[in-house]
Parts: sequence; structure tokens; C-alpha cells
Amino acid sequence: MPKIVVDVMPKAELLDPQGKAVAGALTRLGRSEFTSVRVGKRFELTVEGPVDADVLSAVREIADDLLSNSVIEDVVNITVVDEAGEHSAASASGVLA
Amino acid sequence: MTRVGVVTFPGSLDDRDAQRAVRFAGAEPVALWHGDHDLQGVDAVVLPGGFSYGDYLRCGAIASHSPIMREVIAAAERGVPVLGICNGFQMLTEAHLLPGGLIRNDHGSFVCRDQVLRVENASTAWTNGYTVGQEITIPLKNGEGGYIASAETLARLDGEGLVAFRYVGVNPNGSLDDIAGITNARGNVVGLMPHPEHAVEAGFGPDTPLAMRSGVDGLTIFRSALEAVLAA
Repeated sequence: MPKIVVDVMPKAELLDPQGKAVAGALTRLGRSEFTSVRVGKRFELTVEGPVDADVLSAVREIADDLLSNSVIEDVVNITVVDEAGEHSAASASGVLA
Repeated sequence: MTRVGVVTFPGSLDDRDAQRAVRFAGAEPVALWHGDHDLQGVDAVVLPGGFSYGDYLRCGAIASHSPIMREVIAAAERGVPVLGICNGFQMLTEAHLLPGGLIRNDHGSFVCRDQVLRVENASTAWTNGYTVGQEITIPLKNGEGGYIASAETLARLDGEGLVAFRYVGVNPNGSLDDIAGITNARGNVVGLMPHPEHAVEAGFGPDTPLAMRSGVDGLTIFRSALEAVLAA
């Protein structure tokens, strides 16, 4: 069954304490070449049936209304992964449009 | 007798404490259930603290879409007093009843302390028993209590007097403009991160200069709602 992948990131201008903690760990490991880390979320929605325009529009709505909070996060990517595992960009979300 | 509903969600922790605070304030607490569509005709609603749905997705996000929240949102829009404490405040922002959002504390750690707050707006349904500028001490305990909003929203909150409480002395979580709690324009919806329900009975509240654990500054929040209901 095809999957739709939604990527959500904390807004660039906001402090990301989780990313900051990971960046601190990298520094302690001697990986000082990485100057910053930001931690986001990846959602994989499995769809029954074909991914058509209706499904994509529903996903965009879900991404904006439930999966992300536009005050603190941006939906940065929505991708359809077909059964063979091929990726195709499903177009940007409402946030980016 | 005024009836104040307290909603229990999966993962609520302070629902019983909130019910107790309602009782100490002189009202009848009514236990409400997240999965119901029924507010049982209550005069006011409290969304208590805790970790609803394990803070999965975002704090308060899943709870804000629960069946009872449709009724809470409709009631808030009718002017019914609604108070969100901690996780309840997070739900109110997720439900768009209050602007802005709450993110992980800037220092990355959970914080638990008796916190001094300044009352900035004493004309809301939940703060009318205080005076503007009054300093109160109530417990604060959160990991994700950093209040954030766009510069535009912050300016509007400040300009329209919608900041209900500010942190005094210490900003415990990196909240912008030291914001501890806010209200909507109508003044019936208030959300705050600290826990007034833990400062309602002498012997179990924060320390005061008079005696250990004697602080009951939180009780006024619940009494204020009673006043608001009677005045409505």
C-alpha cells in the first residue's frame, strides 16, 4: 500500500532545545564540525487505495491541522512513497504554498 | 450552587486537585469525561494539568481534538468561563481558544518550584478577585512551559491587556515577555502554566513568610469564577 510521508520541523526562528541538546552531545563526542542540529518529526501515513488528488488534499489538511501547529512548526515536505518504494514529491503543503 | 466541570483526559494528573480546589472555593465540582459530548450543564470548565496522551504529537494536541473539547470550545464562545492549567493551557492554545503556543523549557529541564507571579489583568472571569499588580505565589511544574507567539501576537497581547499573569523574579522556562498566563479578549478563557489548584489549603500550599506551606493564593482563581458566574 502506498505511504505518504509528512515532515514537520520546528520553525527556524524558534529555539529548538532538543536540537541544542543533540548538538551538545556531538560536541562532547568531538564532532565539532557540526555547528547546529534541529530535530523534527516524520509521519508515515499508509493509504488504502490509490493516492489521488482527494487523498493528497486530505493529507495537506491533516498536516496543517493535526500533525503540525503553525505557531511553532512548519510542514516542510509531503512525499508519496509508492509500493515499490519510489519517492515522488506530492507538492508543498499549505504552509509553503 | 455553582457547578464547575473538571475534564479528565487519559493522562490527566491534577483533575482531582482541581475538583478539590473548586470545592474549597465554595462550588460543586463536576467530573467530566473527555470522550463525552456532554458538559452536564456546568457553569464553568477547568481543563486540568497532566500529560494527556503522554504528550504525544505535541502537548495537549490530541486532547484538543477530543469529543468534549468541541463542547468546551462552543461553551467558551458563548462566554462560559474556561480555565486551562498547564496541560490545559496547552490544550487551549492547540484548540485556538488562546493564541501562541508552549514549547520545551529553554534550559531543557523539567522545573518544579513555588513561583511568584504578578497579576496583570484583574478583570477576567478567573482573576477578578485579585488586584492589578498583586504578587501571588503558586507552584509551577512543567517541562514544556515556554510561551511563544509571533511578535505581532505578543504586541497585541500586551497592547490589549490580554496577559493575565507574568513571572516575577525568575523566568522559569524561557517564556517570551515573562508570560505565565493569558486571556482571550472577552476575558472568559484563561490559560496559565503554574498550578493554582495546589495552593488552596493551608498546610499543603507554598511556604509564606507567616508559616510553612500556608500559601493559598491559588484559591482566588476559583473564587473569581464563582463571582463571574453570579455576575453573568
